[in-house]
Amino acid sequence: MQTVKMVITGPFNSGKTEFIRSISEIDVVTTDREITTSAERNVKEATTVAMDFGRITVDDDLVLYLFGTPGQRRFDFMWEILSEGMLGFVVMVDSARPETFREAKSILETFRAYAPTPYVVAANKQDHPDAWSPEDLRIALRIEDDVKLLPCVAIDKESVKQVLLELLYSILEEME
Amino acid sequence: MALKGDLKDFSTTQLLNLINLARKTGTLIIESSDADEEGNREELAQMAFREGKLIHASMVEEDGHLANILHKAGKLTEAQAKLISEKAASMGDKELGLLLINAGYVTRDDILQSVKQHTLDVVYNLLTWNEGHFRFEDGMMPPDDRITVPIDLENVILEGTRRLRELEQLQEELPNLDFALKFPDRPGTSLRDINLSVDEWRVVSFINPKNSIRQIAKANNMSEMEIRRIVYGLLQAGLVELVRPPSMVQPLNGRRGPERPKIKKTVVTRLIDRIRSL
Repeated sequence: MQTVKMVITGPFNSGKTEFIRSISEIDVVTTDREITTSAERNVKEATTVAMDFGRITVDDDLVLYLFGTPGQRRFDFMWEILSEGMLGFVVMVDSARPETFREAKSILETFRAYAPTPYVVAANKQDHPDAWSPEDLRIALRIEDDVKLLPCVAIDKESVKQVLLELLYSILEEME
Repeated sequence: MALKGDLKDFSTTQLLNLINLARKTGTLIIESSDADEEGNREELAQMAFREGKLIHASMVEEDGHLANILHKAGKLTEAQAKLISEKAASMGDKELGLLLINAGYVTRDDILQSVKQHTLDVVYNLLTWNEGHFRFEDGMMPPDDRITVPIDLENVILEGTRRLRELEQLQEELPNLDFALKFPDRPGTSLRDINLSVDEWRVVSFINPKNSIRQIAKANNMSEMEIRRIVYGLLQAGLVELVRPPSMVQPLNGRRGPERPKIKKTVVTRLIDRIRSL
C-alpha cells in the first residue's frame, strides 16, 4: 500500500486540529494537553503538543495522511520530523488575529526551507466578524502572487476540501 | 585577576557595565566565533577604555583609517578618501586630521563626531555577538597616533540594548540573510518617484536574484543591523521581494533536506477524485 503525507501547519490556535478533524475519516488522533500559560489559556483550553493525525483512504492501495503540527514554538523540534517526505503543506492563518500573522509568515518560511514542496495558505476563520480578507492577508503576510491564498473555515468540510484540492492541483501543476 | 571568559557566560553588555562601574582603564579584546550559513566567521575587535569611559573601538579586519571613517560619515568623497589613504598611508590619524583641518577639507568637530560615530557603530555591532572569547588587557591603550573620543558608557549600554531588541525583531522579520532580492513583477512599480536614502539606493543598486542580502551588505560595508533595517523597509514598501538564490535549493553544509516523495501523477489525480467525492 502506498501512503502519502500532507502537513497542516500554522501558529497556535490557527485551526489546524479542526481542519484535520473536518475531513479525516478516522477520529483525529490528537495529543492535546491543557494549556499551561495564562496568556494562551485565554485563547483556548487545550493545545496540540505533538501532532494531530488524520487519514483519508483512497482505495486499498493508497492512503493520504494528514499531520498537524504543534503550533507553539517550543515544540518546533517536531516540525522538521513531520515535514519529512511530505507531498505538500498547508499554512493555516487565523484571519481574525493579526497578532499571529508574523508568526504564520515565519512558520511558512521555515517549512519552505525544509523542503521545496508546493504549499497553500489557508485564511482560516473567514466566518469570524473580525477576519481579514484573503486579499488583505496576502499583503500583510507578503505572500507572492503565484502562491494560493484561500479563504477557509476549518470547521466546514467543504471549505477544507477546497483547500486540499487546491494544494493537490498545485502539486499536479508542478509535476506537469 | 585576569578578566577573561566566554560571551556565552558573560555578554558584551554585561562587560561594558562592569567596565563602567569599575572605572577600568585598558582594552577589551573580543574574538568572535559566530558561525553563519557559509561556515565559521572569525572576527577580532578591540575596545579601549579610560577610567570607565569608552575612548576607541576597532574591528581588526576593517579599514579604520581616518580617511575611511570620514568617507563613511559623508565628510569626504570616495575619490578623496581613496587618494588620501594612498598618499598618507604611513601617516597617523592625528597628523592626518590636522592636515585635513588645515587644508580646509573638514573641521575639528567633523573629525571628532565621525570618530565617535565610528566607535559607536563598532560597539553596537559587538553587542550582537553571542559567541566568542573575551579578555581585558589592563592598561593597554590604542597607539598614540589614534584619535580617541571619551564616551559615557551608560548611554551606550542603553542604546545598545534598544538596538538589540530592534535587531531581534528584524531577525524575526528577516530570518535569513542568504536570501536574495528581486524587484516585484507587478507593472507600474517604479523607483523613479520614490524617495530613497543614499544607503537605500546603495542596496537597491545591488538587487539581483544572484546576490544574497549578506553579499549586498558586504559590498556596501554595512552591518547586519543596517542591511536588515533597509531591506525590511524596502520589503514593507513592496519595492522588493525575497527570492531563494539558486545555491539554496539544496541546503548548505552538505546536509540534504527531506527527500521529496517520488509519486506518479496518477496518485495525485486519485487523491483529487477521492477528496472531491467526500
